[in-house]
Amino acid sequence: MSLRIVVTVKYVPDATGDRHFADDLTVDRDDVDGLLSELDEYAVEQALQISENSDDDVEVTVLTVGPEDAKDALRKALSMGADKAIHVEDDDLHGTDVIGTSLVLAKAIEKAGYDLVISGLASTDGTMGVVPALLAERLGVPQVTLLSEVSVEDGTVKGRRDGDAASEQLEASLPAVVSVTDQSGEARYPSFKGIMAAKKKPVESWDLSDLELEAEEVGLEGAWTAVDSASARPARTAGTIVKDEGEGGKQLAEFLAGQKFI
Amino acid sequence: MAEVLVYVDHVDGAVRKPTLELLTLARRIGEPVAVALGAGAGDTAAALAEHGAVKVLTHDASEYADYLVVPKVDALQAAVESVSAAGSLAAVLVPSSAEGKEIAARLALRIGSGIITDAVDLEAGDEGPVATQSVFAASFTTKSRVSKGVPVVTVKPNSTAVEAAPAAGAVESLAVTFSAQATGTKVTGRTPRESTGRPELTEAAIVVSGGRGVNGAENFALIESLADSLGAAVGASRAAVDAGWYPHTNQVGQTGKSVSPQLYIANGISGAIQHRAGMQTSKTIVAVNKDAEAPIFDLVDYGVVGDLFDVVPQLTEEINTRKG
Ligand SMILES: Cc1cc2nc3c(=O)[nH]c(=O)nc-3n(C[C@H](O)[C@H](O)[C@@H](O)COP(=O)(O)OP(=O)(O)OC[C@H]3O[C@@H](n4cnc5c(N)ncnc54)[C@H](O)[C@@H]3O)c2cc1C
Ligand SMILES: Cc1cc2nc3c(=O)[nH]c(=O)nc-3n(C[C@H](O)[C@H](O)[C@H](O)COP(=O)(O)OP(=O)(O)OC[C@H]3O[C@@H](n4cnc5c(N)ncnc54)[C@H](O)[C@@H]3O)c2cc1C
Repeated sequence: MSLRIVVTVKYVPDATGDRHFADDLTVDRDDVDGLLSELDEYAVEQALQISENSDDDVEVTVLTVGPEDAKDALRKALSMGADKAIHVEDDDLHGTDVIGTSLVLAKAIEKAGYDLVISGLASTDGTMGVVPALLAERLGVPQVTLLSEVSVEDGTVKGRRDGDAASEQLEASLPAVVSVTDQSGEARYPSFKGIMAAKKKPVESWDLSDLELEAEEVGLEGAWTAVDSASARPARTAGTIVKDEGEGGKQLAEFLAGQKFI
Repeated sequence: MAEVLVYVDHVDGAVRKPTLELLTLARRIGEPVAVALGAGAGDTAAALAEHGAVKVLTHDASEYADYLVVPKVDALQAAVESVSAAGSLAAVLVPSSAEGKEIAARLALRIGSGIITDAVDLEAGDEGPVATQSVFAASFTTKSRVSKGVPVVTVKPNSTAVEAAPAAGAVESLAVTFSAQATGTKVTGRTPRESTGRPELTEAAIVVSGGRGVNGAENFALIESLADSLGAAVGASRAAVDAGWYPHTNQVGQTGKSVSPQLYIANGISGAIQHRAGMQTSKTIVAVNKDAEAPIFDLVDYGVVGDLFDVVPQLTEEINTRKG
């Protein structure tokens, strides 16, 4: 038996940097350093653990849709231990919305071949948290999402989803789409050996024509949503800051009373 | 007037506040038609009518509890089709919970529509509803529209004040045929969360949070006492959650809940970007931290530089005294 896992990983602007929008109201990727979305490291980690815990022959492929620099995200995932990588890159992808992104990802996943897709719970830039559900809908396979615990055995994926009202045990047959939370287990750091090995691992590059997609189906023009304006939030007016010299709690209570919270 | 479908979040018939907020927003762009599914769906009608629902479409089946997400998508799609057939549909609004976003996304794809998630405001525009989003850890505000199909928009809790507006709320049962995918993901077990008696974190008007500075699970009693004096919900930073001092369901931030209360009090929390992502839209922000350089002080309306073990008990006592 063999198990083919595709992990979707996104290349995002560093959240600790000065993120902002370009003139066309898409994310400015030139001015801020990018990296592998931290939450996708958990997805890579779970794929590697499933692989390590399996008697089957498991292949872990990492997949990204993004600009040229997005290769950095793939390298990071490869150095953690993934076997190979696919980079979907095309100038016409600029400004793609989530419906379009899920279309490109689904086409690439089908072309790559898969038994299991693993995604992060949300990207750290768009933070929509809907790509995994969209992939399941497009691929026509079960969605087993937001898992804080996941295991795969005999063609079945099981996991725990911690929701607001309850914690649920889920189960589905493969093929399936899974997403994992940051509660699923610390992601490993790439070892020196891993980093060296990653340099030799294959990275395939596909464009829209490889996926039999037309430019009109994606990009800013093909988007089903439109951003009309983006403005920086006005800086908060400097607040009052007091040093506690024995009366700090009382002073704070006075402030809260003044604001009618008490 | 065009209809606006509102997906109802309820627990055994008790409608949760974010849904009432959606009804309030829905009235700005059309006539709200509510869709309530699962056990107790029919019991939601009175509350929904009180808040403006002209019609309440209900359906109950064991599939909603036994399988993940897809049965609800099937039902919402059936509602979209029945409303579109009878009149015109201006938008579909869904609460921005983790599940709500998944339902909305799959629905949008099926009905050929774009989707906007995590709106914090919604208004009518010349080319359809305009949604406000607060992005990049609330450092930017964007205005967006769905440009194809019936707009599907998910809205965050606390985005607007609930306004009552009594309407007919006529209950109609919805005909639903489940798709082949509906039974794909089985729910094989469910452990309900124990209620603490405190308000729901995302819906609370006041949130009192503790971080690494609280220094131990047992010390969270200080945070809880302060919360109780204000009738507030308790939040925690990821550092506190990872240390096992407080449950993950109470985590505030990028990978926890995002909250937007009238008042947020951060105790022993430094204010890392991932924490800010979940609380920066709070109306009034207060912090207690012994480090005057902590980044959280950049956000505050009022800050106390001091030891929380001195400040928090004094504050709690003062509040209790004032409340008599
Ligand atoms: C601030 C901001 C707001 C946005 N708002 C909207 C909106 O309201 N509507 C809309 O249609 N689009 C929106 N977009 C665009 C949308 O976020 C992106 O098009 C998109 O790549 C998918 O959404 P996400 O990044 O939110 O992914 P999420 O749904 O949060 O991602 C979940 C997982 O999907 C996988 N994934 C996501 N994108 C990729 C990728 N490119 N390559 C590989 N794996 C990936 C990862 O595993 C990730 O962990 C927004 C973008 C930004 C930056
Ligand atoms: C992908 C990702 C997602 C994340 N998601 C989240 C998230 O959802 N939520 C979240 O909170 N974090 C999140 N984090 C972690 C975040 O980066 C910070 O590590 C975390 O918020 C720090 O928590 P803290 O402020 O409690 O701890 P610290 O940063 O250690 O700060 C503790 C503060 O307490 C103060 N202090 C100590 N003792 C006292 C005392 N006696 N009295 C008063 N003050 C005292 C200190 O001065 C300090 O400022 C995420 C990180 C990553 C990488």
